[in-house]
Amino acid sequence: MAQLDVAIKALDEKEMLRLYHEMVLVRRLEEEAARLYQQGKIGGFLHLYIGQEAVASGVLSVRLPKDRVLTAYRDHGVAIACGIEAKVVMAELLGKATGAAKGKGGSMHLADIHKNFWGGYAIVGGHLPLAVGMALADQYRGDDAVTICMFGDGATNIGYFHESLNLSKVWKLRLLWICENNKYGMGTSVERSSAVLEMRQKAEGYEMPNSSVNGMDVLAVRAATQDALATVRQSGTPYFLEIVTYRYRGHSMGDPERYRDSAEIERMRKDDPIALFRSQLMAEGHFDAEALDEQDERVEMEIQAAVEFAESSPDPVPADLYTDIYTEN
Amino acid sequence: MPEITIREAISQALWEEMERDSRVIILGEEVGLWGGTYAVTRGFYDHFGPERVRDTPIAEGVIVGAANGAAMAGLRPVAELMTINFAFLAMDQIVNGAAKIHYMFGGQFRVPVVIRAVGGGGRQLGATHSQTPDAVFAHFPGLKVVAPGTPRDAKGLLKAAIRTDDPVMFIEHATLYQTKGEVPEGDYVEPIGVAKVQRQGSDVTLITYSKMLQLSLQAAEQLAAEGVQAEVIDLRSLRPLDMGPALASVKKTNRAVVVEEGWRSFGVGAEVASRLSEEAFDYLDAPVKRVAQEEVPLPYNRELEQQALPQVDDILKAVREVL
Repeated sequence: MAQLDVAIKALDEKEMLRLYHEMVLVRRLEEEAARLYQQGKIGGFLHLYIGQEAVASGVLSVRLPKDRVLTAYRDHGVAIACGIEAKVVMAELLGKATGAAKGKGGSMHLADIHKNFWGGYAIVGGHLPLAVGMALADQYRGDDAVTICMFGDGATNIGYFHESLNLSKVWKLRLLWICENNKYGMGTSVERSSAVLEMRQKAEGYEMPNSSVNGMDVLAVRAATQDALATVRQSGTPYFLEIVTYRYRGHSMGDPERYRDSAEIERMRKDDPIALFRSQLMAEGHFDAEALDEQDERVEMEIQAAVEFAESSPDPVPADLYTDIYTEN
Repeated sequence: MPEITIREAISQALWEEMERDSRVIILGEEVGLWGGTYAVTRGFYDHFGPERVRDTPIAEGVIVGAANGAAMAGLRPVAELMTINFAFLAMDQIVNGAAKIHYMFGGQFRVPVVIRAVGGGGRQLGATHSQTPDAVFAHFPGLKVVAPGTPRDAKGLLKAAIRTDDPVMFIEHATLYQTKGEVPEGDYVEPIGVAKVQRQGSDVTLITYSKMLQLSLQAAEQLAAEGVQAEVIDLRSLRPLDMGPALASVKKTNRAVVVEEGWRSFGVGAEVASRLSEEAFDYLDAPVKRVAQEEVPLPYNRELEQQALPQVDDILKAVREVL
């Protein structure tokens, strides 16, 4: 496990380019997934991360490999940022045996234990207690890893959220709670569902240190997460970070979006995290358009390869239906 | 062999497993300073310390959820639910969590959690504290469900539950804690998913588990005095359900009564009777009878509550109907 202690990457130009590439990769992966969904090649639900790329990339760029990560069902971007290959994500979306969960999990249940990514969970708030238990296991063994638990604004209204924040504070666990506030729990806005508009206010009730950051700015997310992680590591107690973001697509595919008008989406598109980062990188003279276009082209090839891999991968065989129900027969 | 109570058996299993394996921790309401509301963990807090015997807030969702998470991350948590009625507050963690996580992520994670839950009626605790909903938990693939009826099985099955890498719902009966019986000396386990013949007989088969095992054994005694030899099969585990001994017995006796404390509809008896008709139809000389709880929420009044719960006389009556 020594490898898990390597230091985080410095924010040099190489890292900036990696961040840009990763965000574009997530964006294009999602666009491609939407296309395949419309072709009927992806079934079930499909919750796209488009608009929220800076959150996953910013947060995961500063975690140490030993830090555990859990998230909710909008998990493709987090999976990629945790290091799962695009082709393995795509294969899972297509339900293939080569997918992250061997085709048994689907879009909402990506995971890779070897990347310390402990899964996407589809019951709102249901993974917060799991994060408490994982952080407890680390504390019990004397490990100093931080458990990073990401969830949406919708999860802050459910009992699990309060049970988990409370216990994480009582037990002084190394937990970084990250609320991705994209302003809607499915189609119900924060204004219509939450007694307070800033999700970080809910941490105040548990005397938990907290802050809020603009989730459309990947470097701001990165810096805020770095500070939050440092606080958890130093204090050995939980921290609550709210990351304010926006999802440009519907909650899932087939969302009629009667709950918001297109003007709002257009207005928010001006804050597109990828366009913002791109212009930032150029304005500050780190890269010219040509260098960034080159990354875009690289992504196109990767996405194409991922789709080819997924489409040509085998389906699980009928006998796989009965495997992994129990660890033993 | 020493004779101990079921309470002592469960307590010994926990104690010995905690001594054996430092990954085993206990968490739940009043398990520590209080010593357990049924006194199962009395003395544990002082011996093993607050890190291993963790008092929690009254918040069943996070008790079971944190136990699941700690299990995934390498511990062997035993979560105690003060009563099985409170498991409904943790149902999502049991059903959508513990039972699914291994399968749904393609086998990457294991959830070696034990959820101890005390169930059963008969103590005038009213409708919300007296249920026997064991069959509900047995419905879900991915869970193992164990419900012992003797000290030997309570100790051996709890040890097996702690040692397996799968999630186990370990169901105890509140009125069985004082029940005494012999247990082997030293370390032993009883296998999960294996039923057991608790009394041999040739005339009728009683298929049962947990508290109703004790009533069935009493009924068998009375029947023996009348010259009827009842064979008593203890299922011990509801999932995986081992029908082997029951089928073998029915092929010999040709008559069966299923005895459970929970409600009749969609219950353990319904499942067992169905399996008997599927797998031993040609051997049956009478329809399989079910003895179960009246289909009412349990009332507080002592007489009414006893009226609703299965009694030895109900078993005797059912046996006479199939003979």
